[in-house]
Amino acid sequence: MRKTDLLITRRSALKAVGGAAATGLLVRAFPTPAIAQAAPLRIGFMLPYTGTYASLAKNIDGAFRQYVEEKGGKLGGRSLEYVMVDDQAEPSKATDNMNKLVDRDKVDVVVGTVHSGVQMAMVKIARESGKLMIIPNAGADDATRSACAPNIFRTSFSNWQPCFPVGKVMAEKGHKTAMTITWKYAAGEEDVRAFKEGFGAVGGSVIGELYVPFPEVEFQSFLTQIAEKKPDAVFAFFAGGGAVKFVKDYAAAGLKKSVPLYGPGFLTDGTLQAQGEAAEGLLTTLHYADDLDNPTDKKFREGFKKKFNADADVYAVQGYDSAALLGVGLEAVKGDMKAADAMYKAMGAAKIDSPRGPLSFSASHNPIQNIYLREVKNGKNTFVKIAHANLADPGTGCKMS
Amino acid sequence: MSTFFFFVQLLNAIQYALILYLVASGLTLLLGIMGVINLAHGAFYMVGAYIAFAVVQQFGNFWLTLPAGILIGLALGALIEKFLLSRLEGADHLSQVLLSFGLILLINEGQRLIFGNDPHGVEVPKILAASIPLSNTLSYPVYRLFVCAVGIVFIIAIGLIMAKSRIGMMLRASAENRDMARAMGIDVKFVYLGVTAVGIACTVLAGVIAAPLASVYPGMGDQVLIQSFVVIVLGGIGSLSGALVGSLLLGLVDAFGKQFFPNYAAFLVYAAMIAVLIVRPQGLVRSRGT
Repeated sequence: MRKTDLLITRRSALKAVGGAAATGLLVRAFPTPAIAQAAPLRIGFMLPYTGTYASLAKNIDGAFRQYVEEKGGKLGGRSLEYVMVDDQAEPSKATDNMNKLVDRDKVDVVVGTVHSGVQMAMVKIARESGKLMIIPNAGADDATRSACAPNIFRTSFSNWQPCFPVGKVMAEKGHKTAMTITWKYAAGEEDVRAFKEGFGAVGGSVIGELYVPFPEVEFQSFLTQIAEKKPDAVFAFFAGGGAVKFVKDYAAAGLKKSVPLYGPGFLTDGTLQAQGEAAEGLLTTLHYADDLDNPTDKKFREGFKKKFNADADVYAVQGYDSAALLGVGLEAVKGDMKAADAMYKAMGAAKIDSPRGPLSFSASHNPIQNIYLREVKNGKNTFVKIAHANLADPGTGCKMS
Repeated sequence: MSTFFFFVQLLNAIQYALILYLVASGLTLLLGIMGVINLAHGAFYMVGAYIAFAVVQQFGNFWLTLPAGILIGLALGALIEKFLLSRLEGADHLSQVLLSFGLILLINEGQRLIFGNDPHGVEVPKILAASIPLSNTLSYPVYRLFVCAVGIVFIIAIGLIMAKSRIGMMLRASAENRDMARAMGIDVKFVYLGVTAVGIACTVLAGVIAAPLASVYPGMGDQVLIQSFVVIVLGGIGSLSGALVGSLLLGLVDAFGKQFFPNYAAFLVYAAMIAVLIVRPQGLVRSRGT
């Protein structure tokens, strides 16, 4: 499947070259010096097109192209062509796949990826090669902390961001003690750390931390421990099938009524249809909700629905904003990527009117954004209020050089 | 830890063990009687869960999923024996491993094409949807107790069939010595067809029954495959009563391990397996086909 993709890109690349040559002739015939660079900009998507995260990859890729099409197929005056690599969310193949894009396909920009383990391998190569990389999902804190770089930008979130405000939300509801439960792996541990920091800051205390071996989904023994310790609330992070099962088991064990459940939005995003009644009323925090109802979001969701006949989600928003951020950079240097310093500076200072609300960037190139409190109502993550306005990741350990 | 919660954890352990037994029995049947290593075991479990999802979505009735699962499982098993496994008679385990690995790829890709990658849920049937309150914070879902009951019925039924019936005798004979059984007039080919069909139907049925508990998502069988192998290695390869002992041990280690040594929960199960392998390499229960 990947082979055909490449063939198509190669063929369209040939066409593009032909087109470029033709334009060149025309230019000579009618000398108009304004056309700076005829060759299209090469965008390398490195995303998990197959496997568990395939739908995330589809939405990121699709919404990116949607943005470019809305801008008339050009960013900063340059047309774009795409190279796709399926990273299969497989960290062991990440270095090879990234090298393919950078060395063989000679892309100008890398857009990727979803899985944090793959991301950190990509970060390493981006740092070594200086290639511009935009992260459209993976939340590993380090990508915009100790491993930050001038050429690395993120349009999604750091794991810290959606979890830190949960503590404040709990305190407002009068909860004083909490337990945490997540898978024992990097993202889960980063999430719990961020939650503890936030909950501690408002005087809450965490009386127990439960770690489920990844990717196990037998929760009964842990649920019994929660019932035994009776905290005021529980903070949970799971995603995908694990989130579905956890939320259902939690409700079936009767805990939902006595010990309210909170978590980052991933607990109820893309899983509500499967979770059904068990998820109703859950409060989660994320940088997006299903009904933000701002004009940009409306236009974006309508455009996405028309193009793909499916509802947009937070991943699509992140893909859309990746294109917007690239657009800001290219606009600033009139499409000339050789002016990298000026371009990165413009991107770092970008103020984007995103479907998620106002979006800007911190010194470590991570989004500054609102984190919303959402409640599950009738199978939708509906907006309740802003849990934390313009939240920036602390960016601990980031030294841009 | 109060006595009350000790007993709740004990209940957790036993119900988890019964689910594990239901799931692992299909694997141990195939391995014990036919000597077939079936890596696609987890994939068949997933097939069961997706059957439950599709049938409930189509007809809105959970009880239809049980006959659907059994029939499709039997048919699948018979086809696989007739056209694939029977060709490997006398071949080494590597061929079986390759064959079943190929089946995993086929089934996973098929699932992706038909159902996509989104996780799905299967509603617990209305009559079993309640929970029994145990304390003011904790209650026990009735459906889990139903699964326990199914597991117990299954254990008794299969035990009786194996020990008392003529079919059971034929099975044990074929497992013990294929050629001698043939010489005594047992149609070994037919026995194998039956065992594969029933073994795979058991696995599919386990997936169907587990679907409302486990939810339904790609790759859900991977974990099950590993656990099933741990169960049968603990209990003694190919022994159904061994699988029961293995399941109980695994259930206990899992529930109490997560309670008392939460940081080592992932490791404890395998530590138990290693310990058993060192002390009793043949497994806790040694037998053939029973």
